[in-house]
Amino acid sequence: MLVLVEQSLNGLQFGLLLFMLAAGLTLVFGIMDFVNLAHGSLYMMGAYFAATFVAWTNSFVLGILLALGATLLLGIALEFVALRHLYGRDHLDQVLATFGLILFFNDAVRLIWGPAGLSLPLPAWLTVPVQIVPGVFYPAYRLSIIVVALAVAALLYVVVMRTRVGMLIRAGASNREMIGALGINIKLLFTLVFGLGAALAGLAGLMQAPILTVQIGMGENILILAFVIIVIGGIGSIRGAFLAAIFVGMIDTLGRAFLPDLLRMMLSSAAASTAAPALSSMLIYLLMAIVLVVRPEGLFPAAKR
Amino acid sequence: MKSHINARNVVVALVALGLLLLPLYSAVTGNIFILTLFTRIVIFALAAASLNLIMGYGGMMSFGHAAYLGIGGYAVGILAYEGIGSGFIQWPVALAASALYALVIGALSLRTRGVYFIMITLAFAQMAYYIASGLSRYGGDDGLTIYKRSTFGGLIDLSNRVQFYYLCLGCLFGGVYLIWRIINSRFGMVVQGVRSNEQRMQAIGFHANRYRLVCFVISGTICGLAGALLANNTDFISPAGMYWTRSGELMVMVVFGGMGSLFGPVLGTIVFLLLEEVLSQFTEYWALIMGPLLLLIVLFARGGIMGLLGRFSRG
Repeated sequence: MLVLVEQSLNGLQFGLLLFMLAAGLTLVFGIMDFVNLAHGSLYMMGAYFAATFVAWTNSFVLGILLALGATLLLGIALEFVALRHLYGRDHLDQVLATFGLILFFNDAVRLIWGPAGLSLPLPAWLTVPVQIVPGVFYPAYRLSIIVVALAVAALLYVVVMRTRVGMLIRAGASNREMIGALGINIKLLFTLVFGLGAALAGLAGLMQAPILTVQIGMGENILILAFVIIVIGGIGSIRGAFLAAIFVGMIDTLGRAFLPDLLRMMLSSAAASTAAPALSSMLIYLLMAIVLVVRPEGLFPAAKR
Repeated sequence: MKSHINARNVVVALVALGLLLLPLYSAVTGNIFILTLFTRIVIFALAAASLNLIMGYGGMMSFGHAAYLGIGGYAVGILAYEGIGSGFIQWPVALAASALYALVIGALSLRTRGVYFIMITLAFAQMAYYIASGLSRYGGDDGLTIYKRSTFGGLIDLSNRVQFYYLCLGCLFGGVYLIWRIINSRFGMVVQGVRSNEQRMQAIGFHANRYRLVCFVISGTICGLAGALLANNTDFISPAGMYWTRSGELMVMVVFGGMGSLFGPVLGTIVFLLLEEVLSQFTEYWALIMGPLLLLIVLFARGGIMGLLGRFSRG
């Protein structure tokens, strides 16, 4: 029972982390109709920046803030130099160009930081276990990820649903031509949204960094998860991304934790331990395939264009 | 009458001739490496050509073509491991497995369009990747070494470099010829018609998705053949070659050369893999140049190499 609570929290934490990555992706996708495979690279850069700045400044908080700013600037620069020329091109062009950027970023990181991974040590105050309910202790850092991610989700909700910029973002998501025709500075709005997306990716990367090692290509696997989420949730829908992210995080974590035991009940233990890892990695793809077959537009499709 | 002698056709003819004569060059200069390199290039060209069939002519952006390379390869690898070394069994199994996989995922994926199609083909390919990782009897994550290449009852010896190269080249030429026949057939016309206007084709009575699906299966089967060749070339098969970045590379090769042109993917593969080889000799960080180059090609050279050559021939 305690294991179930702990694994559910892990699933929630992973899901919320995925949400931050997916939110940026779906904003860019929904509003600019831009498929950004390099989103995972921004996630990776966030983690590398964090590891570097924390080591330089000797302060976890300061380092993370610097890393966040650096990723934001990198995202804006990327949009300015390359990606803005790709709006309105077909998705394939965007997939290829940003695939090129993945190659570039992976090698750039290898050149600057070397092939070995980095680690981002946690300060002492984040390593203590916290008792959440009697008998259940949970690492403070993982708990802080949950808190930060929920705060980001709430902030994003307020910005998107309650502010003028958010109104434009929503308008852009449902009809891009129209808000341009209404005299809104689309270029600026796009740059802004892209920067926001990059910062969210960077935040997800740097928050994940202390749990995993910071390494080249760390963005690629998780990027696909983020795509799975926005496709399940419905492209352009923040609400869909939020629900799908938590769903995917839960299924992935709980599948990895409990599937071996479940299978062992049905199969021989050798067959179960063989099948379980592959099956648990596949679960979310299976989920996505089922969702798309049943609802080709995702679960919560944004307003029709 | 339009002249057939233009920059594009001359380049294609020269490349084809070059590929045919390559073993001769290799023998004369004693440069064995170039033969090994081009065997790999020719195999990937076949895979890229198969992807081009559905991408360029069918308008179906499959982001999961690496799965067929893996399935074709694992069919050969697993049968070899179980003691069935005959290519007459291995290769038909490889083709049938790829065709079956393409049939199932095609039937499901074709319910979606556009970027959802890209993502669902990717999802299925990732599933295949994880299944391969889970094959612990056949090496799991570490992959499976193939100790003996497919045998063809003494007709052709795959461990002979030159014979194997010509087999691969034959498969490539055969594959491209097949694709040419397909796109110029009534069937191919319908597929291309569906790409440009699905509603209209539906309205005049074609079951658009049936044509798409058949096209998808043919493409997957050809790519499965490339997988069987690749497994024989490297004597090794592993899930790593099925990861989604491999599918991305195949897409790059197609677009590099020119999507929707018959020989574009072949040229694209040659240029892409040669560039990779040359750049990696200059610097360990070849992708640092390749990445932005790709971006520039997308930005400024739409239609890829074939497009550039076409522009050149028109003056």
